[in-house]
Amino acid sequence: MKMSNLRSERLPNIWCPGCGNGIVLRSLLESVEQLGLDTDKIVVVSGIGCSSRAPAYTNFDNVHTLHGRAIPVATGIKLANPDLTVIVLTGDGDSSAIGGNHLIHAARRDVDITVIVFNNFNYGMTGGQASPLTPVASVTTTTPGGNTDRPFDLVNLTAGAGATYVARTGIYFTKHMLDHLKKAIAHRGFSLVDVIAQCPTYFGRFNRKGDAGQMIVSQKDWLVLKSVADKKSPQELAGKIVIGEFVNIPPPGPAVVPEGQV
Amino acid sequence: MPDRKTYKIAHVRKWCKDCGICVAVCPRKVFEIDRNDRQAIVNPQDCIGCQMCVEHCPDFALNVTEDKSDA
Repeated sequence: MKMSNLRSERLPNIWCPGCGNGIVLRSLLESVEQLGLDTDKIVVVSGIGCSSRAPAYTNFDNVHTLHGRAIPVATGIKLANPDLTVIVLTGDGDSSAIGGNHLIHAARRDVDITVIVFNNFNYGMTGGQASPLTPVASVTTTTPGGNTDRPFDLVNLTAGAGATYVARTGIYFTKHMLDHLKKAIAHRGFSLVDVIAQCPTYFGRFNRKGDAGQMIVSQKDWLVLKSVADKKSPQELAGKIVIGEFVNIPPPGPAVVPEGQV
Repeated sequence: MPDRKTYKIAHVRKWCKDCGICVAVCPRKVFEIDRNDRQAIVNPQDCIGCQMCVEHCPDFALNVTEDKSDA
């Protein structure tokens, strides 16, 4: 397939062999192409981390900003020029730890941006430390005996904060991912897609999940479609992650402010 | 088999990192990691054009197109 928005002169990319970020990037480029958006009106904003290197391989305008501060910058861009389609590419640590507060408040304000979280369950760039999305009992550099803290459920967190489109998908399910990325980008209002990616170099190696190929194919076993999961008991779903569309609320229109208060 | 479609597999050696994802996702065992830990296309005639390898390649190194020429 022709990838007109890929900056192929910058390839090969900097990611480790088998990193899932490239698969998410491909899906993003494909969804933008299929939606037929004007590429001059797309801005991609990213923070710091492996995933945040992704905008460098796109032909769109992009801002590479401070750690965790991608969402405030994206909010500013959207306020200054509402015609733009603003996409935030961020990692699990970048969005939920360092930028956690920005994430929930952007969801609360229902800013019309799309946040795509490249969730590889650890901080890959700095050597595989535990992030707020690291599952319980997983081994990372900072939790050598297994993680004892419960992870965030990013879907319920943002849905509770008021996001109007929330979905979760996995890199093995490329059609599913493409479908939900397209819906999220086309959605008016705050939208978040939690993409389960993989880090074979740190998370996979520490937790003995095999090589990159085994890791990606194993997503078939521990990711469950929402339509299937709805019929199962919580015991059957232990250790599994549900993917699918969780929230999709049509735009309510501008907030109504009582007269005389503005 | 004259009726069966054949596919051309374009592989960009420069971008490939030999991660083995194409080997794992291919349903027809078209790819292999060879003795030197390098990715190799061993059975291109078995390709069914499902695009699994193309969509799962993190390095944009693969492209599969239908072979229209009569070989």
